[in-house]
Amino acid sequence: MIPTVDYIRILPELVLSVFGILIMLLDPTLPRATGKKTLGLIALVATLAGLAATCIQAQNYGDAFFGMVRVDAFSVFFHFVILLIALVVILTSFDYLEVQQIHSGEYYGLVLFGTVGMLLMTSAIELVLIFIALEISSISTYILAGFRRRTAESSESSLKYFLLGSFATAFFLYGVALVFGATGTTNVYGIAKALQTQPSLLVYLAVALMFVGLGFKVASAPFHVWTPDVYEGSPAPVVALMSTGPKAAAFAVLLRVLFATGAPGWFWMVWVSAALSMTIGNIGALVQNNIKRLLAYSSIAHAGYLLVAFAAAKQTGISAAIFYAASYAAMNVGAFAIVSHISSRGERYVSLDDYAGLGRRSPVLAGILTIFLLSLIGIPITGGFFAKFYVFSAALQANLVGLTIIGVINSAIAAYYYLRVIVYMYMRDERVEAAVPRIPAGLGIGLAISLIATIYLGVLPGRVLEYALRGAQDLLK
Amino acid sequence: MNFINENIVTIVTFLPLAGALLLLVFPRRARDLRYFALGISLVTLLASLHLPWHFQRGADGFQYEQNVSWITHPNIHYHVGVDGISLWLVVLTTFLMPLCVLVSWKSVNERVKEFFILMLVLETAMIGVFVALDLFLFYFFWEATLIPMALIIGMFGHGRRIYAAVKFFLYTMIASVFMLAAVLWLYAHVGSFDFLEIQRAIQQGAVPGFAGAAKWLFLGFFVAFAVKVPMFPLHTWLPDAHVEAPTAGSVLLAGVLLKMGTYGLLRFNVGLFPEQARANAGWIVALAIIGIIYGALVAMIQPNIKRLIAYTSVSHLGFVVLGIFSFTQIGMDGAVYQMLNHGVSTGALFMLLGMIYDRRHTYDIHEYGGLATPMPIYATFFTFIMLSSVGLPLLNGFVGEFMILSGAFLAKQIWGILAATGVIWSACYLLWMYQRVFQGPVTNPANASLRDLDAREQISLWPLAVAALVMGVAPMLWLHSISPSVTVALKQFEAATQASAPAMTHLSNAFMTVFGR
Repeated sequence: MIPTVDYIRILPELVLSVFGILIMLLDPTLPRATGKKTLGLIALVATLAGLAATCIQAQNYGDAFFGMVRVDAFSVFFHFVILLIALVVILTSFDYLEVQQIHSGEYYGLVLFGTVGMLLMTSAIELVLIFIALEISSISTYILAGFRRRTAESSESSLKYFLLGSFATAFFLYGVALVFGATGTTNVYGIAKALQTQPSLLVYLAVALMFVGLGFKVASAPFHVWTPDVYEGSPAPVVALMSTGPKAAAFAVLLRVLFATGAPGWFWMVWVSAALSMTIGNIGALVQNNIKRLLAYSSIAHAGYLLVAFAAAKQTGISAAIFYAASYAAMNVGAFAIVSHISSRGERYVSLDDYAGLGRRSPVLAGILTIFLLSLIGIPITGGFFAKFYVFSAALQANLVGLTIIGVINSAIAAYYYLRVIVYMYMRDERVEAAVPRIPAGLGIGLAISLIATIYLGVLPGRVLEYALRGAQDLLK
Repeated sequence: MNFINENIVTIVTFLPLAGALLLLVFPRRARDLRYFALGISLVTLLASLHLPWHFQRGADGFQYEQNVSWITHPNIHYHVGVDGISLWLVVLTTFLMPLCVLVSWKSVNERVKEFFILMLVLETAMIGVFVALDLFLFYFFWEATLIPMALIIGMFGHGRRIYAAVKFFLYTMIASVFMLAAVLWLYAHVGSFDFLEIQRAIQQGAVPGFAGAAKWLFLGFFVAFAVKVPMFPLHTWLPDAHVEAPTAGSVLLAGVLLKMGTYGLLRFNVGLFPEQARANAGWIVALAIIGIIYGALVAMIQPNIKRLIAYTSVSHLGFVVLGIFSFTQIGMDGAVYQMLNHGVSTGALFMLLGMIYDRRHTYDIHEYGGLATPMPIYATFFTFIMLSSVGLPLLNGFVGEFMILSGAFLAKQIWGILAATGVIWSACYLLWMYQRVFQGPVTNPANASLRDLDAREQISLWPLAVAALVMGVAPMLWLHSISPSVTVALKQFEAATQASAPAMTHLSNAFMTVFGR
């Protein structure tokens, strides 16, 4: 008999699944032209209910379902982050789907199912369940990536993402199998116990394989090659989702797999991957003229900064990583929300030239995008600053001077290409006068949420960081 | 009263920001926006006058201090306060601001709202740099000055504005990353960002690993400040930024932003790492003297007036660095005083250039000639300010340069001799420029019927002209509060380096008796 409290411990996932199924059932019964708005609103209610459910869940820490799921400060923190991402993405999609004339209600259903997968990834402590959650989230995003059916790019991006993604998850699964072989269990904390004695060679191999699988999901080098193409072709709100949500979830899994298990042999892997991601991401971004590709390379670079925190390890490093994931989510979702609005019908306006003179055409959007870009650079008063700050100070405390220097040089390089966008917006004159449509309510609220989050994390990071620290403590317990 | 004393620094710092936020929701009517920005900057000026008014002269340490915990982890405090050195730099900032608003009254016609928002945000950041006593807070404000200034140059500047803005941004940004690294190292080993705590820990030798790292920490701070000053050979961003910036941007850049560099050298490089400062003084002074002479020589051959004035900044700021690294009371007093002088004189020169640019839209010296005939009032103001910049006795520039050179002579004679040539050079390039622009017959018909200065322009110049005169006649008004703070800094410096500075008290005393009352 499963106790009721177990269901409360997966309440957000349950709520979102129910709403997702509801959307799928309602979709055929609603009129084609106007019904999609209703489904969007249902999805919105779903995420809000999910947030409420997370609050209830947060009162009930503990294990559920025979030690497959664990609710602790760590998982609750990521639940909030992922649900907020989903909320903003859904708000952005209202307008986007209308403009692009995508009339498929299952869009919202897939966003919700994908979110369920991500949520479960953060609270699962059983490698097999983690794998299932990973698949739920991945499959939803594979489909979402191809949602602009009429354009070849979108289908290409979906197919590319699907093929490479399944390859990567296979790596992860292989790693899980090897761990089971070496330790006789797939429970993260069981593994930790088993690894206290001398680990076998098998475990090293398993850690490497799992790192490859998750490295793909977080788009860290050298597993990053798919990122620019997929981001370029996918619908912009979907990119907002997949550049933050699955990434945050995969980082959460990576934290569990590497640190909660006390797995050996990851250090140089993470070190090299961090250094490569930062360098490749930033140098790649320097030459991009398509804003979506530029942000894709930037997201590779940010995965690198996050991995620096991993290399620093221990409590400060883990809490820095958690904080980074949150603030990266806030600023990146916001940036993509704006990109999706400006791209307009058929995603026509996505090159930097289309951003020329934006400061004149739409001072509000340009101003908000500037703040997100400054946050991505890491300028004070924004979340990005403290995120970088915590990461590098954790790295210094762990005596990772070399990696810190690489990171700092990289952030200086990064300033250049983000600044380029700002320069285009404010200092260049537009070639063609393309009117920016008015900001619809949904997008406005979504932008407000991410803007407030970005500034809040930049001015009063204390409370969030405290929570991140508690999450790190819970993770290591 | 107590409430005001405790919060005055915060009020002065954040008033402009509050104004900027209000401007954000202000309707886009250029006239109202201008008046509002002027009002806010004037209120800030009035509020900042509280600082010198109630300043306890001769008291050690910082005043109007406010220290509250901001972020618990890491241990960051909102710690602000002023001493005799930063006090006047704050007032200089608030003093120049209303004048900058006045001077952009007509020259900024597009995106007026954005312009004044950026200016006010910039003001908050600049004041913050001078009052911050927590290294983190300092870095925070330091970086925060960067964006508005780069945007002001890039959005409102002239021809190659984008190039100039990006160059300015990248130079400063990359250099300050080194400072951040040094700050983080200090935090990792002291456990605090507080300037005073770190200073105490270093003095007591309670920082593990400091001996080996001190050199790199010193250099980390030094690079960030040297780019900002700017010291030779890191000065190349300055002429571009100045030439392309709008007038108000140039005034603030020369008047305040450059001082952030010299202020940082004095406060942090000398204050935290006295031994390193002593050990590295040789080459730093060499660079400063090269800057003085090189800046002057390059200025002389510039065909563009604004570029010429930009290079004079390289030269004049070289004096300030020389004064700081002479480690003599009189030299350092003079350095601080010269920072203020330079803000007043060069700020005024840039304003004057902006006025002629509004009329003719060129800075080319060839385009002018005989301007004194159609514009006598303009020429008079220009003469006066130029002489203050040259260092004519009884005007402000003389006092600062004299004190710095005295300090340099005391420290090492050759320094003084070489630097003193800079005074001659500055007379050469400024007077020669003056001759070509203002004197002789009007050669270009476009200049024949230029309007002379109107009331608004004169109002924006008078305060600076008066300041130049008063600062030249009664320097003790300022030095009374500057000197004690320098003495404190110097005492700590001598205690740390175990070397008594050259005997300079009698010269300093003589100076005081001449100028003091």
